[in-house]
Amino acid sequence: MNSVAIVGASLAGLSAARALRAQGFGGRLTIVGAEPHRPYDRPPLSKEFLAGRMTAADLALEGDGEDLGAEWRLGVAATGLEPGGRLRITLSDGSAVEAEGVVIATGAVARTLGSELAGVHTLRTLDDAAALRADLEAARRLVVVGAGFIGAEVACVARELGLDVTIVEAAPAPFARALGPEMGTALAGLHEDHGVRLICGATVRALTGEGRVDGVLLEDGRRLEADVVLVGIGARPAVEWLEGSGVEIGDGVLCDAGGATNVPGVVAVGDCAAWFDPAVGTHLRVEHWTGAARRPATAAQTLLSGGAAVPGSLAPPYLWSDQYGMRVQFAGHTLPGDEVSIEEGDLASRRFLAVYRREGRTVAVLGIDQPRSFTRWRRRVNEPVAAAR
Amino acid sequence: MIPACPLAALPRGEALRLETDPPIAVFHTEDGELYAVDDTCTHQDASLADGWLEGCEVECPLHASRFDLRTGEVDAPPAKLPVRTHQVVVKDETIYVVPSELPPNLPPGVRTGSA
Ligand SMILES: Cc1cc2nc3c(=O)[nH]c(=O)nc-3n(C[C@H](O)[C@H](O)[C@H](O)COP(=O)(O)OP(=O)(O)OC[C@H]3O[C@@H](n4cnc5c(N)ncnc54)[C@H](O)[C@@H]3O)c2cc1C
Ligand code: FES
Repeated sequence: MNSVAIVGASLAGLSAARALRAQGFGGRLTIVGAEPHRPYDRPPLSKEFLAGRMTAADLALEGDGEDLGAEWRLGVAATGLEPGGRLRITLSDGSAVEAEGVVIATGAVARTLGSELAGVHTLRTLDDAAALRADLEAARRLVVVGAGFIGAEVACVARELGLDVTIVEAAPAPFARALGPEMGTALAGLHEDHGVRLICGATVRALTGEGRVDGVLLEDGRRLEADVVLVGIGARPAVEWLEGSGVEIGDGVLCDAGGATNVPGVVAVGDCAAWFDPAVGTHLRVEHWTGAARRPATAAQTLLSGGAAVPGSLAPPYLWSDQYGMRVQFAGHTLPGDEVSIEEGDLASRRFLAVYRREGRTVAVLGIDQPRSFTRWRRRVNEPVAAAR
Repeated sequence: MIPACPLAALPRGEALRLETDPPIAVFHTEDGELYAVDDTCTHQDASLADGWLEGCEVECPLHASRFDLRTGEVDAPPAKLPVRTHQVVVKDETIYVVPSELPPNLPPGVRTGSA
């Protein structure tokens, strides 16, 4: 392979570039990124950066003097992919890039409620974080729509800044999609300890205000006053640009367990990609840092070897979150009906290690401020039953 | 030279955190080697003694960067800087650490008590 184009210049795209070079790819490398910024790290956007403890410069993902020998096309978006012997990527500035291999790494875009009011935010980019920070500084009341990790982290920072904070969640329990209802409720206790109001099982009918948001109206008629609203209702894969390309899309770009798409010479990585996970038996779109940083090495191998899926098992998805100084860590994938048991610590102290099991097999582990035992338990996720304790 | 612990108190595969300033982690590998590095990860405030020891490498418990205990070098992000290494001496069945005189690579926001 003599040329590769990477679309998306963030964690997954940069990791793919590094992996290709590390695996000996010496050809022409083009990296296309819609944002004007050099690759930066997103997790601190809802944590240290939002809290003012880190600057934009601290977020740089590239090392000092790191040179991948790539042509960077920043500030232009890919608008289409035309398959063929040579793959052709059309760009928003009217130009095009041709390459023999393509890495799709366009990540995800925050879902919105479609409101145009000032004071209503989502959080995905550096620019989003800077705008949210500026608004929080002048605000008294924050309403977070959606009890997911990003919303929860913003709630923490807002409490630190002295704001009155309410989280509204449509599901009966917070964090339920990622952690299951039981552990979601346990983690919610941490927020209540810190004075955050949590309203579950409530859907938002409208955001109110003229020009600027002044409240959130719920379906049940309740109205919450707000100076700032953060909409944290998840993200959708940034794959519209692939329409008509022939690349198969489900919830994200569908890939095999080695990152290959159905189109020869095209792999996908990071938040936009749904790899087939043999341990779970379905395609799973994983939206966490570690997957976006590590899986590109596998995808690069797939691409350079000509598309044969690299056998072997995938590392279980892993995420972390920092809330009120507590380290929240979760590895694996939980489904409704999994059995959850507390193996260390206890719920009352809010410091514990929980293990999720399905048919006797450990399928996921959650640690709240238990980095040491989490590190050990994490390795048992998806072990065959006989080997597990 | 700082006394760490009796050799017998640190079995193979285990790590010990010394409450020095900054703290130091001492590792006893499965192969029987002893190594010491700064305990604080160079990325954020995590204790490497809590990490996963494999061969001569320790994996950070938070974001899984791996540090080579012999050199302090890091293999992959998020950590970018090597961790400072210290010399280990065993005398009379006791483990001692000779702290490095080089400056540490502490993560943003973490300071030594004296600095
Ligand atoms: C606020 C926040 C906090 C987070 N905290 C954590 C955490 O604590 N722990 C954790 O595990 N994970 C966390 N994550 C998730 C983690 O940051 C993501 O998994 C990771 O950023 C995914 O990397 P990516 O490169 O796949 O996608 P992205 O980082 O989304 O990057 C995709 C890039 O592609 C660009 N792009 C999109 N479309 C096009 C196009 N058509 N042409 C060119 N470029 C395009 C985008 O502009 C973007 O720069 C957090 C995410 C956010 C937003
Ligand atoms: S704290 Fe060690 S890798 Fe992040």
